[in-house]
Amino acid sequence: MRLMKAALLGAAVAAAGLTVASGAQAQNEQFIPGLIYRTGAYAPNGIPFANGVADYYALVNERDGGINGVKILYEECDTGYATDRGVECYERLKGKGPTGAAYVNPLSTGITFALTEKAPVDKIPVISMGYGRSESRDGSVFQWNFPLLGTYWSAADIIMQHIALKEGGFEKLKGKKVVLVYHDSPYGKEPIALLEQRAKMHGFEFTPMPVTHPGVEQKATWLQIRQNRPDYVLLWGWGIMNSTSIKEAAAVGFPRDKMFGVWWSGAEPDVRPAEGGAKGYHAAMLQHGAGQFGVHADLKKFLYDKGKGVAKYDETGEVLYNRGLVNAMLGVESIRTAQKKFGNKPLTGEQVRWGIENLDLSAARLKELGFEGMLQPLKVSCQDHEGTRAGRVQQWDGAKWVVVSDWYQSDDKVLKPMVDAAAKKYAEEKKLPVRDCSKES
Amino acid sequence: MLYREAGQFKTTYGADQQIFPILQDRIFVLAVIAAALLVVPLFASQYLYTEILIPFLILSLAAIGLNILVGYCGQVSLGTGGFMAVGAYAAYNLWLRVPEANNLIVVFLFGGLMSAAVGILFGIPSLRIKGFYLAVATLASQFFLDWLFARVKWLTNYTPSGSVAVGDTSAFGWKIDTPMERYLFILAFVVVATVVAKNLVRGHIGRSWMAIRDMDIAAEIIGFRPLRTKLTAFAVSSFFIGIAGAMWAFLRLGAWEPLAFDINRSFQILFMVIIGGLGSLLGSFLGAAFIVLTPIVLNQLPGWFGVKMSTALLSHLEFMVFGAMIVFFLIVEPHGLARLWAIAKEKLRLWPFPH
Amino acid sequence: MLGPFLETLIGGLLTGVLYSLVALGFVLIFKASGVFNFAQGAMVLFAALTIARLAGAIDNKEVFLGQFVAAAAVLGVALALVGWYVWREYMARGGGGDERRKVLLLSLLGAVAGGAAAYAYGKGAWPMWLAIAATAAIMGLLAYAIERLVLRHLVNQEGIILFMATLGIAYFLDGFGQTLWGSDIYKINLGLPKDPIFLFEGVFPGGLLVDPGDLVAAVIAAVLVIVLALFFQKTRIGRALRAVADDHAAAQSVGIPLNMIWLVVWTVSGLVALAAGLIWGAKLGVQFSISLIALKALPVLILGGFTSVPGAIVGGLIIGAGEKLSEVFLAPILVKQFDLAGGGIENWFAYMLALVFLLFRPQGLFGERIIERV
Repeated sequence: MRLMKAALLGAAVAAAGLTVASGAQAQNEQFIPGLIYRTGAYAPNGIPFANGVADYYALVNERDGGINGVKILYEECDTGYATDRGVECYERLKGKGPTGAAYVNPLSTGITFALTEKAPVDKIPVISMGYGRSESRDGSVFQWNFPLLGTYWSAADIIMQHIALKEGGFEKLKGKKVVLVYHDSPYGKEPIALLEQRAKMHGFEFTPMPVTHPGVEQKATWLQIRQNRPDYVLLWGWGIMNSTSIKEAAAVGFPRDKMFGVWWSGAEPDVRPAEGGAKGYHAAMLQHGAGQFGVHADLKKFLYDKGKGVAKYDETGEVLYNRGLVNAMLGVESIRTAQKKFGNKPLTGEQVRWGIENLDLSAARLKELGFEGMLQPLKVSCQDHEGTRAGRVQQWDGAKWVVVSDWYQSDDKVLKPMVDAAAKKYAEEKKLPVRDCSKES
Repeated sequence: MLYREAGQFKTTYGADQQIFPILQDRIFVLAVIAAALLVVPLFASQYLYTEILIPFLILSLAAIGLNILVGYCGQVSLGTGGFMAVGAYAAYNLWLRVPEANNLIVVFLFGGLMSAAVGILFGIPSLRIKGFYLAVATLASQFFLDWLFARVKWLTNYTPSGSVAVGDTSAFGWKIDTPMERYLFILAFVVVATVVAKNLVRGHIGRSWMAIRDMDIAAEIIGFRPLRTKLTAFAVSSFFIGIAGAMWAFLRLGAWEPLAFDINRSFQILFMVIIGGLGSLLGSFLGAAFIVLTPIVLNQLPGWFGVKMSTALLSHLEFMVFGAMIVFFLIVEPHGLARLWAIAKEKLRLWPFPH
Repeated sequence: MLGPFLETLIGGLLTGVLYSLVALGFVLIFKASGVFNFAQGAMVLFAALTIARLAGAIDNKEVFLGQFVAAAAVLGVALALVGWYVWREYMARGGGGDERRKVLLLSLLGAVAGGAAAYAYGKGAWPMWLAIAATAAIMGLLAYAIERLVLRHLVNQEGIILFMATLGIAYFLDGFGQTLWGSDIYKINLGLPKDPIFLFEGVFPGGLLVDPGDLVAAVIAAVLVIVLALFFQKTRIGRALRAVADDHAAAQSVGIPLNMIWLVVWTVSGLVALAAGLIWGAKLGVQFSISLIALKALPVLILGGFTSVPGAIVGGLIIGAGEKLSEVFLAPILVKQFDLAGGGIENWFAYMLALVFLLFRPQGLFGERIIERV
């Protein structure tokens, strides 16, 4: 018991130390926590994303001296993609800096689910760019969640639209077989609801097939696919599961150009290990793809030429690195928006929430920021926390990603009723108040 | 000097058989409980509650449960996570489907009972299978239960994501909501459970477990029925583990998926039992404290000293140091932290004149 | 129906051979020292990472440190072995113990030379054979360190304590490997063929699919298994290993040095880990996740028996085939019958299969008969 007491005391001292440490920091800093993973089973995909985020914050500090003079204080915490570790990181970091965390990027759908429960209590917005709960785009119920740029329902819808276009219309899908190979977690299960809906609408046969974490053993799944001969396979994987799926597809001879990954299954670490086997593989794009754009020149000038970048410069054009940049940029611009209302000082999570909700990035502004060609203009509102529902499809040609489609918009005629129903169910179960968005300024 | 039993005479059998025969021990334990109940809420921050104290207490309870099975009855189990999941999902379904039972105590006890039933079922092979064969065989329950809760839609109330959430937790009209209330509720539960466990292991049933542990054939020959003894151990153990699982889900996570109870949880709790000390309830607490705190402290330690290092290196170092510490502790004291504590107590009795 | 069945069976058996390979590492150590070595998976990862990083294009600084260590280890171990042999010869002819220092000096020199070689190699990739040799030497060193730092201090402890210690080692190795080599995904290029082969296309519609990569991997694994079996049965040291496995005390009393045997066993299982890492790494890419394949080997172990080399082989085949067949044929039925959210039964099915089997034969397929005495 004494040891235990000593341990408790140590913990208490530690906790006290944390508070003191945060109190001693400079007052004109905006704290942003980074829940990332550079280790464990999902590190190959986590690392480039984390690098992009870190580099963009560093760039804002180096180039602009912070956001309107407010320096960004960024701290990473490695979650290893585990929900309990992620919650611990969040609890540890949420109170840091002069005003606490501005927002949090959970970078895992599981952690997003857990933080969705905590966000309204702590008053810290959750930005889950391209992941998280699909119904959380409904800002009237999910006041604190922002699945910016696209939810999984949008992703699945964009892929189905692309397939329908190639087939010559949705009505041609009748009788086709579509299989979803998914990571057996809340992340992988998200698109099922939409795909079932689409299957009902257009009469194609839909089969979901789970793959257990971490997804290195998929032989049985792909043997089944070979025997059932589906027309299309959708891939909702993460980490090593993606490259394994592509390899197994090659091993059973399933045509890779009939395989469509979500935007988390469409980056370099997913296709490179499969080498030639990945050629022809498609993936949805979370708007941006690979390649270097205006912002990369700034990164080179202000960070990499001075040896301050965390990655290697030639890796900065990779898909997930770019996604990190976009993610950080949206956060920074939200804070900038909020500063217009609340002043150029460190802001609280509640103030930043207002900023995200009123985020409006025009094409001109995106060009100014160096993101032209990576993003479409987006506008977030009280009702719509997604901002935009546009996406494209890219294909791996064996050496690089090539954009092979025009822009698609996920079909709100299908999505909206589903979102409304799911959000309503959530609000009822939780007995949450629903905001009336028409009265929001 | 302060810690000796001279002058404390036992005049009744009852006095001789109490849990803490030495007065100072009694005072000390009561003081610790009182401090946990009264002093901790005075200064504890939310972080301390939600990330340290609550996990520590809940996992201690799970470790007590596993210790009954492994430490007292000698049946190694790697299925703890699965039994925790049974407790969690049984509790969730009762909470969801029977509104009259919206009382955490009822819900948790139900979780424990269901877990005990499943525990008995998976304990049956222990009659034939022993040692590491049994350990690996219990993994069957781990993987099967994980799978069950991910696949059977009814158990998760048909949520599309497979992640379930609870809200509005109360017991006898007491709404248990803030971290402090959760902590106090768990503390009360754990204290009661520990007293129950202590009385079980020092009574007839506990002795029968230990007889089986030390040599099952000999125990059988002197009249302990292995079937009943082993299965009661599985049942009691799973009962505690199930309650811990339900608490973990309701009071720590709030929203969860089967991944919260995966095989790593099983290993984590087995670590607690071994590092703390096999066959020691105190050890379960010490082990839980060690396993809960070490990674958190290791991860933050460089930060406290102002050392900047990359996140990746930090996590890897955490792994390395954690592994090394486990090996170190096993080498220094294979009987666990509880033994170190006993040695310290022995020394203390002689202090300051060891000769 | 027959076509898909055979196809699944073949796929399962080929996967099973790889399970056998991992299980073999467990069996070797358990047989000789009674340690249930949970670090086997971590060793596989560590070996695979080392090979992949040495043989792959290396171009950043943190890896350079690893390369240095690796090269130093290779030459150090090689020279130490030579030195040890020389010293033994010398002793046999009545020389003095003074030579020991020379051996140490020699291996130190070797280490420095190795480092220098790595430096000279600069940032290029190593040829595959050299990378494998270096990794083998490193696995030897690792075995030595484990024996010296951990096992020696835990002699006569209960099995579960040793098991926990190996879990600690596993944590350490996971962290250490990733610190040294990084946690990205890396390739091992063995030139395994990738395009599927279709057999008997005339007999079955679509032919029988065989993954040639799996086939080659299975052949390599099978060869290794045979070599190991020969090593155990035919060589002097193999006999000594078997003697130790039968009875520690008796083996010691006839002059078999126990510590030496443990070192050999851990080295051999390190080499098995290397082989497993090489094959799995070439198949899947090298990443943290491959340390989790150890879990796949566990049902093989209980099915085949902890102490039986043939058990590991046959067990692996049964588990591999059973797992795949159940997933492909049983799971869809279950899903339809009980309205489940997808299959994925192979994970527990292997364990259940082993469990049911154990109820009838508690010591596994080829395990030694358990005789209980009071």
